[in-house]
Formats: sequence, C-alpha cells, structure tokens
Amino acid sequence: MADLIAKTPLDGIAPVTIGTCTVAEVGLGTLTSIAPYAGAKIADTFKTAHGIAWPAPNRATGKEGARAIWFGRDMVLLAGPEPDKALAKHAALTDQSDAWTAVTLFGPEAEAVLARLIPLDLSAGTFKRGHTARTQIQHMSGSVTRIGADMFLLMVFRSMAGTLLHDLERAMASVAARR
Amino acid sequence: MRLRCPICGARDRREFYYQGSAVMLDRPGPDAGEVAWDDYLHLRENPAGDLEELWSHDAGCGAWLKVTRNVSTHEIKSVELAREVKR
Repeated sequence: MADLIAKTPLDGIAPVTIGTCTVAEVGLGTLTSIAPYAGAKIADTFKTAHGIAWPAPNRATGKEGARAIWFGRDMVLLAGPEPDKALAKHAALTDQSDAWTAVTLFGPEAEAVLARLIPLDLSAGTFKRGHTARTQIQHMSGSVTRIGADMFLLMVFRSMAGTLLHDLERAMASVAARR
Repeated sequence: MRLRCPICGARDRREFYYQGSAVMLDRPGPDAGEVAWDDYLHLRENPAGDLEELWSHDAGCGAWLKVTRNVSTHEIKSVELAREVKR
C-alpha cells in the first residue's frame, strides 16, 4: 500500500504580504456541512454538542478552532471539530474537509483589497465581526466572514485555490500601488 | 440592477441566475392533457410590463426566488422565496 501524503489546497505556501495586507492559508480542521431536515429543531442540540450557537443567516459563531459558519439556505458549515453524532438525527451531515480552500486576509487595508473582488459592502459599520456572506469572490462562488477587526476568512472550492491566491495578490498589489 | 434576496439582503445582479417565467411553479398534473402541457412547456406571455420570474441566488444562498420585475424599466416590485410561494 502506497503511503499517501496529504496536501493542503495551496500546498502549505508561506503567507504572502503585499503592501499592508497578508494572505495566509489556514487549516480549519474537519469541515462538515449541516443541512437540517425540514422542520428540524437543531439549534439546542447543536449548542449542547459543540458549545457554540447555531448561526442565523449571514452570521458566524464560535472562534478559532471551532466555528459555525452560515453557508447558504438551510445550511451551516461546522469548521474544526468532528460533528457530534446527535446531530445526525436532525440534519444531513456531509464531510467537506478536502473540498474547500480557506485563507485569511488581514491588514489595515483588507477592506480595500476585498472591495476590488467582492460585490458587497464589507465596511466595518455594516459587515461586523461575526458577519458572513455567500457571494462571489472575483468570478468564484465563495464564502467571506469577518473574524477580526481587520481580518477576513475567505473560502472557495478547492480546485480554485490558485485562482484565489492570484486574484488576491493582484488586488493587494493594486491597493499597494495607490499608496 | 439589484435584487433583494429575502435571506441575504440586496445583492448585485451578477450573483443571480435567470430561469424565466414563474409559470414553472404551476406544473400541470400528469393527466392535465396535451394542451395544458404544451402551454406549460412552450407558450409564454411577452408583456411590456410586470412579469413574474424565477431567479436562482446561485452565487449566494442558493435559494430560488419569485421576482416580479417590470421588464421595460427593470423596476423590481417584489422578491419572494419560491419555497414560500409554493407552500
């Protein structure tokens, strides 16, 4: 039996800094999409099992190591821990661990960088810490979450890792060039 | 043009995929007969005014939306979840 070596979507590249912003690949741990069955009341079970609140639409809960990110109509992504078995009674659980590229973008001009890529108002007044959105990142369907004052978590499909990095580098360079 | 998704809020048109007339929500029964099925599959109104349409919030939450849009002015009159309309 061959000994397979797991690679992250961006193959563990070192963080890239251009201007004032840095993009870094992050390992979120186990990713599980949780899609509650019609009429299921999962919020209490989820809170008891994982100690973090079930997020409302466009919101994310938890912190580094265990996040619950709203991920679409009737879907939440649990990032970090293995899903508790009690959830399976209320929802369809699907392992997505190898399906997504996750990076953080941080720096004082992170909003300006993302303004070049995402058709949403991500300013601190409207898109606060704990807010999330399913939207487009350049031409890719993705997920964007504010996880800090000047830090965003970005996710796209794994196959688009290189394109995401390319687009972020271009946008960071474009912002840096105008300083 | 922006559509106000009931789940995500106001979003740019590029996040949505256009399906066509909302007549697709009213599928005839299997025994409705050839005329009803022909009408359902092929015949569409072509008004120069308000039209009920289906849009998918493809790059967003993934919900199907029933949108009432004035096709002359692009004014959006209403946006509802197709799931709620069918309930």
